[in-house]
Amino acid sequence: MVRGAGRKVLSSVTHWAVVVFFCVVLAFPFYWMAITAFKRNTDLYNLENNPFIFNEKPTLDHIRLLFGETMFLRWLANTAFVGVVVVGITLLFAVPAAYALARLTGRWGERLGIGIFLTYLIPPTLLFIPLSRVVATLGLQDSIWSVVLVYPSFTIPFSTWLLMGFFKSIPRDLEDAALVDGLTRFGAFIRMVIPISISGILTVVIFTFTLVTQEFVYALTFISTEANQMVGVGVPIFLVRGDVYYWGSLMAACLITSVPIGIVYNLFLDRFIAGFTVGAVK
Amino acid sequence: MRRGDRWLGIGMFAPALLYIIAVVGLPLVMAFLYSVGDVKVGSVGYHFVGLDNFRSVLQSPSFRKSLGNSFIFTISSQLIVIIGAHMLALALNRRFRGRGLVRFLILLPWVTPMSLGSFGWKWILDSIYSVINWVLVQAHLVRPFDPPMWLGEPALAMISVISVHAWRLLPFSTVILLAGLTAIPKDIPEAAAVDGAGFWRTLFQITIPMMLPIVNVAVLFGVIFTFTDMIVVYILTRGGPYDSTQVLPSLAFFTGIIGSDLSEGAAISVFLVPLLALIAYLMLRSARRAEVT
Amino acid sequence: MAVVETRNLTKVFKHGQAPAVNDVNLESREGEFLVFLGPSGSGKTTLLRMIAGLEEPTSGEIRIGGVIVNNLTPRERRIAMVFQSYALYPHLSVYNNIAFPLKAQKVPKEVHKQKVDWASGLLGIGHLLERKPRELSGGERQRVALARAIVREPTVFLLDEPLSNLDAKLRASAREELELFHRRIGTTTIYVTHDQIEAMAMGDRIVVLHEGYVRQVGTPREVYDDPADTFVATFLGSPPMNLLTDGAATVGFRPEHLVPAELVGNVPKVPLRFRMKNVEYLGAEKILYGSLEGTRFADKEVLARIASSAPTFYELDKTYDFSVPEQELRFFDPQTEKRIPPQAFSWQ
Repeated sequence: MVRGAGRKVLSSVTHWAVVVFFCVVLAFPFYWMAITAFKRNTDLYNLENNPFIFNEKPTLDHIRLLFGETMFLRWLANTAFVGVVVVGITLLFAVPAAYALARLTGRWGERLGIGIFLTYLIPPTLLFIPLSRVVATLGLQDSIWSVVLVYPSFTIPFSTWLLMGFFKSIPRDLEDAALVDGLTRFGAFIRMVIPISISGILTVVIFTFTLVTQEFVYALTFISTEANQMVGVGVPIFLVRGDVYYWGSLMAACLITSVPIGIVYNLFLDRFIAGFTVGAVK
Repeated sequence: MRRGDRWLGIGMFAPALLYIIAVVGLPLVMAFLYSVGDVKVGSVGYHFVGLDNFRSVLQSPSFRKSLGNSFIFTISSQLIVIIGAHMLALALNRRFRGRGLVRFLILLPWVTPMSLGSFGWKWILDSIYSVINWVLVQAHLVRPFDPPMWLGEPALAMISVISVHAWRLLPFSTVILLAGLTAIPKDIPEAAAVDGAGFWRTLFQITIPMMLPIVNVAVLFGVIFTFTDMIVVYILTRGGPYDSTQVLPSLAFFTGIIGSDLSEGAAISVFLVPLLALIAYLMLRSARRAEVT
Repeated sequence: MAVVETRNLTKVFKHGQAPAVNDVNLESREGEFLVFLGPSGSGKTTLLRMIAGLEEPTSGEIRIGGVIVNNLTPRERRIAMVFQSYALYPHLSVYNNIAFPLKAQKVPKEVHKQKVDWASGLLGIGHLLERKPRELSGGERQRVALARAIVREPTVFLLDEPLSNLDAKLRASAREELELFHRRIGTTTIYVTHDQIEAMAMGDRIVVLHEGYVRQVGTPREVYDDPADTFVATFLGSPPMNLLTDGAATVGFRPEHLVPAELVGNVPKVPLRFRMKNVEYLGAEKILYGSLEGTRFADKEVLARIASSAPTFYELDKTYDFSVPEQELRFFDPQTEKRIPPQAFSWQ
């Protein structure tokens, strides 16, 4: 009896030790960003001070600098704009494609679906060199339209794969009933399948948007003007003036961009996992 | 299924397929063509040069260093990730107070744009103001005026890059493994407990074997994400000091885009292909096996 | 209202595989309740889905009301179908579910309400119109599905195992409700089921299907009393018909016709010695398991079914005198397994 209770306490202690350890290791940089963002420079750059706490009163100077004197807001706006356009393009292509794969193409659909899955194994670092030529040929270099053109190359496959699973989970009988009740196949897709799938489509919207904010390589390669940058490249590249790092503002920028994405992501996590687990989990 | 449906299906799938062919298939072919040609930024025309680019790439010490680094970084960060993710997933697989908050904190590294997360580390590893060094100095483990240069010394820089990769991928692998754990039917561990198996026996003979397909998924994606990534290296060290942290993708970027030699850059990135092909093959195999069982 | 006909209808799903539906020729009668009965995989649902236009025939013809409909889409066939899962649209209220076919077929908006009221009134679900499908019980869902099917006044009703999702108690009352409903509407109805009790209770005629073939078409009495082959003989009836075969001849009789000799009246009969092996008491009746002694079918296993009220008591492993009236014997060709006419038959 005593031994059993002891074991229980031990297991609980190990459990919390593991959880706390990983929380600290994984989340520490964000704590660090936060405290840096509000520290006075005299506090920040004094090696005598304990860096984990505020030794002087916190300040909003770094935030003011970030929003007032840098292009940070502009980058956020660029990113949001590209995000919205890419979401539109992605839905336009991926929703019909996913439905076709789920329902209309039979055995071919299965193979094409796997083909779609494999395209998201092809990384930007393999494609960015030829794509830089394509972008230049189209006259899009240095324009946000270059990334609008290229980002669907990974958002469409990912969204198609996610939506395909979603559409497959809709009972076939519903569409058959709609056909018998007087709709065409396409009509059933528009008036029956899409309204039922709103939550799946919303998931795709969220993930497309976050994939756009996370992208780095293409934006770095195609866009060189500060004003046209996306936030993921603008902050680490253009906020650094020569050799001078405004660490307070930089960390504020990192934090402000990351946390909202983190919150949204958490809400849709389970759906996101489904995009990777191909049938290894049922 | 009716015949008309098939045409509708083709019509609905074709636009996406054409888009993917245009922005993935075509550049992929171009990458191979460039790697056996002489394309530079601003040059016109194309001449076939055979394996010249590969020859010159293979002779460059930078390339050999990068190739080795790519494997070292990928393998060591994946080892850390898979062990850590396993421990964390087991710990998270029970209900406890504050699980939601813990999940949020743990996921942050994965959801943060990678360039910004790496940038946070650049500040933590700063040559003068590194918080790690401050702690080490306080603990009298290093001398105040000769602290380790985390990003400035080859060996330390490599360790830093590996750690940041592991930090970034750990959440991803954890949630995937967690999905695998939750998918194990509850009655199987219970049956094992009734049969008298203890924690370790259950772990090694029941849980881990049943998790293997999902561990595959986590590892394969983890390998791809690390092997093809240039962001961590680009932000932390730009490949330095002296190419000691250079990897294939970053070398391709510096050669092809910064150095304007598109062909040689393409030749370097083509070296990613064999590993990608191997992973694609393994993934299809494990997916098929999962369907059979 | 219309007649449904199929001519040489065949469906092959995968090249090289056995057809799911094989050369089926059927003709429904005006306003009848026709049941497709068969085990799973017999092709009954595929046949129904081809009539609905949801599957394309590999060959053969389908006519509805005399018109060939092979090339018509489901919406053009003016049929209604109730699915096994009911397929209620989860995002629409009951009202909108019922009105859906009207909207889809562009019936003028003014008549929607009146038609929905009529259909929902007929099925007694007028008070549920504002609910969503997930808020309904199984029986209510079935009624909504039926209301949605009748609202456009179809020429033919197709029902695919609509009772199989209900629990046993509800099923009996739903069955009765369906029968009354059909009597009131009078529309030609095709009903698919694997449940022989449903088929016997509801069908004007039953089409027995097996492995894609039509084995028999007839009234419930015909398929039960005069099965066309050994499959029908054993598929219908619970417990199934006793079939005795020795390679040269096959003879069958229903368990309720194998009775203690003293209970058979003064008709020509076949005396059989029955060795008792087990008795199952089922309330109103008893099932007797045993084997025959003597005759050319010695040691063959047979079943008898007698009323529990029969004044008899049996000991296991004892042998008793039973008999079967000669008119209840059915003969089958042992090679083709088809029924053959009654004939002089030697039991020794």
